[in-house]
Amino acid sequence: MPITSPEKYWWKPADKEEKLWITIALLWCLVLTIMMPLMHVIGTQNPSVNPMKIRTEDYRKMSDAFIEKYKVGEEGGIPIVEPPDGADVYLRGQMWTWTPILKLKKGVNYKFHISSTDLMHGFSLMPLVMNFQVVPGHDNILNMTPTSAGTFHILCNEFCGIGHHTMIGKIIVS
Amino acid sequence: MSNGSEFRTCPITGKKVFAATQNLVWINAVTAVVFILVGGIMALLVGLTRWPAVHLLSADLFYRFLTAHGLNMLVFWIVFFEIAGLYFGSSVLLNSRLAAPKVAWLAYLLMLVGAVLVDVMVFTGKATVMFSSYVPLQADPLYYLGIILFAVGALIGCAIFFGTLAIAKAEKTYEGSVPLVTFGLSAAAIIAVFTLACGAIIYIPTLLWSLGLITNLDPGVYRLIFWGFGHSSQQINVTAMVSVWYLLGALTVGAKPVNEKICRSAFLLYILFINLASEHHLLTDPTLSPYHKMANTSYFMYLAVLASMIHALAIPMCVEVAQRKKGYTKGLFEWLTKAPWGEPGFPALIFSLFIFGFIGGITGVVYGTEQLSIKTHNTWAMTGHFHGTVVGGTTLAFMGLTYYVIPLIFRREIIGKKIATLQPYIFAIGIILIALGMGGAGTLGSPRRHWDITFADAVIPFSFDPAVLFFTTIAAIGVIVAVVGGAMYVGVSVLSVFFGRKMAPNEAKML
Repeated sequence: MPITSPEKYWWKPADKEEKLWITIALLWCLVLTIMMPLMHVIGTQNPSVNPMKIRTEDYRKMSDAFIEKYKVGEEGGIPIVEPPDGADVYLRGQMWTWTPILKLKKGVNYKFHISSTDLMHGFSLMPLVMNFQVVPGHDNILNMTPTSAGTFHILCNEFCGIGHHTMIGKIIVS
Repeated sequence: MSNGSEFRTCPITGKKVFAATQNLVWINAVTAVVFILVGGIMALLVGLTRWPAVHLLSADLFYRFLTAHGLNMLVFWIVFFEIAGLYFGSSVLLNSRLAAPKVAWLAYLLMLVGAVLVDVMVFTGKATVMFSSYVPLQADPLYYLGIILFAVGALIGCAIFFGTLAIAKAEKTYEGSVPLVTFGLSAAAIIAVFTLACGAIIYIPTLLWSLGLITNLDPGVYRLIFWGFGHSSQQINVTAMVSVWYLLGALTVGAKPVNEKICRSAFLLYILFINLASEHHLLTDPTLSPYHKMANTSYFMYLAVLASMIHALAIPMCVEVAQRKKGYTKGLFEWLTKAPWGEPGFPALIFSLFIFGFIGGITGVVYGTEQLSIKTHNTWAMTGHFHGTVVGGTTLAFMGLTYYVIPLIFRREIIGKKIATLQPYIFAIGIILIALGMGGAGTLGSPRRHWDITFADAVIPFSFDPAVLFFTTIAAIGVIVAVVGGAMYVGVSVLSVFFGRKMAPNEAKML
């Protein structure tokens, strides 16, 4: 019984069925272990590969400069920004907006810098459902190429206070 | 209070049950049930708010109650029950007196004061920070103090467990190796020490930060160390739950482990690898390099998964062997169809095993890969995953065990045996609906910890695929069903513990 001490010599070899099961399970674990780095190399959709720290004040200045330089309009008080091809794109999460609204081109590669100047936020790109953690003091650098045109939305999926559920951003790809 | 040397002999198992142990198991288990009651009420309110058809609470109360739900269920209910389990697993199973019962009472008081402090802060709106309390979102210093007091109490509880193991060995109260359940609980206690150490490393500076004594606390570092505490505490639950599975197998069909070496080696794998896997929480973070993430979430994690796969064979196997020995040998499955489905422990064991493995476990392994984490990170699918593991798995197993602890340890007859038998079925159906509903909505992008998925107040309009609403409704129905199951559990266990017929000293009756 599992509630009483086992017999004195319990270090016994496994049965055939047990060995078979453990072997199958182990092989499956090995396949998964190999797939993890393999998908990182052959796959094209990976999380940030350049972890970088950045002071929130510096990030705020860089993202403000980016907005000022390429601003083309405004919607609901949020600036609309159209960066040139291949530019560094700054997307800032702050309670409770994603700033700015971005206008991007299909098939062009952009280097995204996603960070926060206050609390943690969760970047959730809809309807593709791609999610990244946004951490103040850290720059989440992602190389992204829009592959289809249309309007995309960014939800916040990390709790960031009472207005968390109103935090929505927008990316327009043409 | 006794001096720790009085005991009675259990008429069913022949184990010595010391009065001091019995009292401590009683107080910790009863307190656990009080906290599941609080957490369960929160579950209903939060679940009905999340459902747009009802949308019950205001945003302020929703986020407060969601924080309370997480802490009361994931921490207070489960850890109080586990401390009761550790005292049972060491003192009762080894026929030994408990080490330092007075210190164990101190541990209990620390945990209680900590838990009450946390709940007061959360309910008064001074700590709406969710279970994870990510900095720089700040709570009242008393909130962090409450968590620290609770963790210190739990750590002392683990020390009492190890002390009892040492006393039992020194006083030779058992022969040979410790029983498998005690071995499994030892693994859980070892993981608990690591976990609580991580908790101390992160919550002490966080407390100082909330007091203004430290100004710079890196949110990335907080996330790393917090999950050493936050996820590892779920690994304690897994390990304790697997031990309870073996225990339920023994109590319901008299199952005996087929190969002790295999079962024990699997527990060893948990100790060695399961905590390293906690870094899968950081897969989409900008703080760690891909190599670091991959190492921690590939072979380290899969060696812990291997351990679960081994238990997934060993437990049904020992049940089958025990049933076949009783003569249920017709066909492939007579052992299963003729199992005691009419007593609560068996369906609790089987549903716990099934929901943990097929819903919680599989989603966990899938979401824990580098790329698929991008698809599910912080979505409601994650919430569905851990409702499969911690609720459908751990909580259901603990519920099933309660119906045996009450007659065996507390010597009270269960009131409402039919309700008790029905309870695991209802609870399991509810949890399966919750986990599938959350998983479906989350896969379509529905975020976790969110008051209004219709986004009525947002400046930029957005609405989900209507399928999200369908899955949310399924989850909400699951919440109602599971809350009914939970209420049955609380009702039966509280009534039985306080008003059940006192059993005669030699009455050898389980249910």
